[in-house]
Amino acid sequence: MYTEKVMDHFQHPRNVGEIENASGVGTVGNAKCGDIMRIYLDIDENQIIRDVKFKTFGCGAAVATSSMATELVKGKNIHEAMQVTNKAVMEALDGLPPVKVHCSLLAEEAIHAALWDYAEKNGIKIEGLTKPKSDIHEGEEEEDEEY
Amino acid sequence: MEKLIYLDNAATTKTALEVVEAMLPFFTENYGNPSSVYGFAAANKEVITRQREIIAGALGAKANEIYFTAGGTESDNWALTAAAEAYADKGKHIITSKIEHHAVLHTCQYLEKRGYEVTYLDVDENGLVNPADVEAAIRPDTILVSIMFANNEIGTIEPVREIGEITKKKGVLFHTDAVQAFGQIPIQVDECGIDMLSASGHKLNGPKGIGFLYIRKGVKIRSFIHGGAQERKRRAGTENVPGIAGLGKAVERAVSTMDERAAKETELRDYLISRIESEIPYCRLNGDRKKRLPNNVNFSFQFIEGESLLIMLDMKGICASSGSACTSGSLDPSHVLLAIGLPHEIAHGSLRLTLGADTEKEDLDYVVDCLKEIVAQLRSMSPLYEDFMKKQKSGQ
Ligand SMILES: Cc1ncc(COP(=O)(O)O)c(C=O)c1O
Repeated sequence: MYTEKVMDHFQHPRNVGEIENASGVGTVGNAKCGDIMRIYLDIDENQIIRDVKFKTFGCGAAVATSSMATELVKGKNIHEAMQVTNKAVMEALDGLPPVKVHCSLLAEEAIHAALWDYAEKNGIKIEGLTKPKSDIHEGEEEEDEEY
Repeated sequence: MEKLIYLDNAATTKTALEVVEAMLPFFTENYGNPSSVYGFAAANKEVITRQREIIAGALGAKANEIYFTAGGTESDNWALTAAAEAYADKGKHIITSKIEHHAVLHTCQYLEKRGYEVTYLDVDENGLVNPADVEAAIRPDTILVSIMFANNEIGTIEPVREIGEITKKKGVLFHTDAVQAFGQIPIQVDECGIDMLSASGHKLNGPKGIGFLYIRKGVKIRSFIHGGAQERKRRAGTENVPGIAGLGKAVERAVSTMDERAAKETELRDYLISRIESEIPYCRLNGDRKKRLPNNVNFSFQFIEGESLLIMLDMKGICASSGSACTSGSLDPSHVLLAIGLPHEIAHGSLRLTLGADTEKEDLDYVVDCLKEIVAQLRSMSPLYEDFMKKQKSGQ
């Protein structure tokens, strides 16, 4: 059900771990729904993401999207990192099954949440960044009624 | 990939070679329609009669109380909807449990939309229905109690005999979904006061898409599939002759090897449980330790999610299943694990391993070794585990 890229990132996740005294940390999702992502950013004085790490509790797609998202933001400046959308993550993974699209949204949210934390700590504003939602599944559609 | 280790026998089983052999003649040799008059079709009619006797014998029932269906789901649908319709004059109340298979639960929801009232009984932390709760829930308008013989996820064996005594005393019909139990543990319909029982071929090394519904003589339930006169007009349609031949053979095999198989599987099951419990921290056995199907092991591993676990096991050649939301295609984890009181995040981290007749101890050793490694690896990338360890440290 997963593409080769997804399986590769699941089996060999890039940038797993923690960063001590990170410039920004963001945690999104909730255990109730079965996925939580945490992103650590190390951002230098030129606002470049020098290092990034993640930890994820979740399915194969959740792990793969976190891993891909970290790859996509690493080395970018914070404004470029804002352009890493869930679509970009999905495309880089050659797609996700429809029921797993929310995992890529979660990855985007996690990056944004870490950037928000960085912005708050440093008293700056990042264009287009809003306060992270506490629950990724907020506003999601209920399943179709059967029968 | 090296060897395949199949530990998902509750999902389905390998069709036994003997079963396939018993089916084959009914495709290309004896392909006649059992309803036909000529002698060529006689062997087909006869094989159906014979299999009906074998199955009835296994349950202590009469041959004319066995109705072939297309599997467990159909049997459950039939039992519930037809009983509801036939007994609507008496009342419109049905009692079941929160841990039934969807074949029962979704049929109950269907009936609720058509004016029936359903009581879904709670279970205890091991998944057991309390017979006293059944008794207390019975009202003058109750027409049916449907409680599964054994649960498909956690393997808990329900107190069917005690429930049957109550329904008999109260004059209420008793249906049991025995899809997981039939062929695994002894079942006698009279001793247990069972009026209707669902079973399926593919859970006992038989073919898929064939099963039966036992309906006690005197229970006035009507036809479910309308058409010809097959199955005493109650389930019309040209019989699945190869399927029936295979089902009968599978039942014969399952019954004759039951004691030996159950003893072997129980020993292996308990070995697997004790190795996991002693070697993997922060885990919990789901389901009753003693009142448990011989082949079922179900654990929750804290801080990790089931689907990742399954993919990693798959990469090691191990087939298993999980009650996590990701494997059910919804946001909620298994209703069974929630009903036994597990918090969502722990239900997401569940793993079901169900043994088969050819499972060996070495297979289980390999599985535990892999499992230890995988659980540790997934925990090392889990933010929940990170938080837990930090809390542990600061607490000391
Ligand atoms: C308890 C229970 N009931 C019903 C079914 C459905 O049986 P079938 O697959 O034959 O329709 C299953 C199997 O998944 C089951 O485990």
